[in-house]
Amino acid sequence: MKAKAAIIGSGNIGTDLLYKALRSDWIEPVWVVGIDSESDGLKKAHELGMKTTHNGVAGLVPHLQDDNIQIVFDATSAKAHHVNNQALQELGVMIIDLTPAALGPYCIPPVNLKDQIGENRNVNMVSCGGQATIPMVAAISQIQAVEYAEIVATVASASIGPGTRANIDEFTRTTRAGIEKVGNAQKGKAIIVINPAEPPIMMRDTIHCLTEETPNEKAITESVQAMIEEVQKYVPGYTLKNGPVFDGRRVSVFIEVEGLGDYLPKYAGNLDIMTAAALRTGELFAEEIYKGTLNLQTPN
Amino acid sequence: MNLKGTQVSLHDMSLRDGMHAKQHQISIEEMISIATGLDEAGIPLIEVTHGDGLAGASINYGFPMHTDEEYLQAVVPKLKRARVSALSLPGIGTVDDLKMAVDCGVSTIRIATHCTEADVSAQHIGIAKKLGVDTVGFLMMAHMISPEALVKQALLMENFGANCLYCTDSAGYMLPQDVTDRIGAMRAALKPDTEIGFHGHHNLGMGIANSLAAIEAGANRIDASAAGLGAGAGNTPLEVFVAVLDRMEVNHGVDLYKIMDVAEDLVVPLMDQPIRIDRDALTLGYAGVYSSFLLFAQRASEKYGVSSRDILVEMGRRKTVGGQEDMIEDVALDMAKAIEGS
Repeated sequence: MKAKAAIIGSGNIGTDLLYKALRSDWIEPVWVVGIDSESDGLKKAHELGMKTTHNGVAGLVPHLQDDNIQIVFDATSAKAHHVNNQALQELGVMIIDLTPAALGPYCIPPVNLKDQIGENRNVNMVSCGGQATIPMVAAISQIQAVEYAEIVATVASASIGPGTRANIDEFTRTTRAGIEKVGNAQKGKAIIVINPAEPPIMMRDTIHCLTEETPNEKAITESVQAMIEEVQKYVPGYTLKNGPVFDGRRVSVFIEVEGLGDYLPKYAGNLDIMTAAALRTGELFAEEIYKGTLNLQTPN
Repeated sequence: MNLKGTQVSLHDMSLRDGMHAKQHQISIEEMISIATGLDEAGIPLIEVTHGDGLAGASINYGFPMHTDEEYLQAVVPKLKRARVSALSLPGIGTVDDLKMAVDCGVSTIRIATHCTEADVSAQHIGIAKKLGVDTVGFLMMAHMISPEALVKQALLMENFGANCLYCTDSAGYMLPQDVTDRIGAMRAALKPDTEIGFHGHHNLGMGIANSLAAIEAGANRIDASAAGLGAGAGNTPLEVFVAVLDRMEVNHGVDLYKIMDVAEDLVVPLMDQPIRIDRDALTLGYAGVYSSFLLFAQRASEKYGVSSRDILVEMGRRKTVGGQEDMIEDVALDMAKAIEGS
């Protein structure tokens, strides 16, 4: 049985997520929420048979119970997410936050998806750079202690929207925190580079780790390769271009992320990995709801 | 060219861009000695930051001998007349780093973005302006776009609050006409009281000529570096530029002999390698590649047994921009694999 879902945000991310959710075995998208009745995203959603509102979260709340919405994806902005979370928190839904608001714990599906099942009703998807790189940090830290991890995410200019541009520090800070909390590096650092080349470049990510002791090359290489296969389950275009390279205590991994090209272009692997990770997270919750291990019922 | 009587403000780069050439290993004592020498010579503004700007300390760009905060705290109080600037690249440095630099007493914050990405600077330029410091927008790799496109980006930064806009020739690719066209277009479009600056690299030997072209077209701030210490073949050599400005009777306020002595006695002795147009630096200028890639490409060349010139050309072909130092090792690995496979 599929869990019914709403998507707040009818921009690029919300629409791409809708395309993916329509293929899901576990999620049935029902509502798409926007704030502009003329937006392309709302029109597309309507064409695809979704119920839509352009009144923001207020337009969705009255229908949650009747339509049995259990999972809400928020693909708006950090600022809007505070409002949306407030409106939804007590209503017995699981909120999956794709904004940088980070009100709930960070979720990187191949690393800590299962940890999200419990009392908490809001999980955060960190950032595009976090989704692309933290699995690699974790793959290394699972073998031996990582003293310092640094990631460089290079993205096509065309894939970075005005929201991210207006608050670039949010990316830097959130990704760094995710590297430490989920990647399990003692100290993290995140760098984002925007490249305007035409045709647009695929997302590239370089992950550098300094291990405490001399790195175990064989074990780390195997762990990195296994983790890449895990990520490929939901982002098939996640590929190892080079590495792991070992240089003293430094371990470096070079990744390329090609998107599926659902609604967003293929080069926007950075956005694709966000929507794919969010959907995978939603699917886990749906599975747990089905098994009865996750009960979203409110006390009243 | 007649520039007689023109007023120009010189901005030294040896302790920031020069950090690239030193792999960010300049001691506090060396910083203080050079900065006070520059002050003594009459240089009004000296940049002190990691080569890649505030918070550039990283595996990707190199860990410096000291933190930005340590350098700034050491240098700022030692200066009598000169003021200090800090550079920051959004995506690397954050607003917290800007506040730290202002707390350390810098008078100028320069926010650098790739020439097409000015809109990532709104937050940082806004904060710098709010902190009440001289706020500069620094458009890097400006050779990659047309003068018209550059003007659009400069206007964005001016609108965010920058009181000075730079045309930055990060690759040392521009020829004087390229500079004239860009600075001229910026001068025509920006507010009359917005200052304009030019930052050159000497990879094609054009540092001096380009800086003169910039002044002629309306720039009043020129970046240069004592003994040229900077990325690639270095920046416009400051002492040479001062001599040329003297000959042309341009007002700059710097003492030629003193700046010659700073270059010769303080900067040259600490160079790890001669700052000259070797074939790799020439390749940067010829192919339009970010100057700080130079030493990374030379190290990757040694490690993986591939030509540094080929690496740099490939970096250009991939249309890389400033900050993509990580791609140098990636390119070298690809090239080594291709050699092995053939």
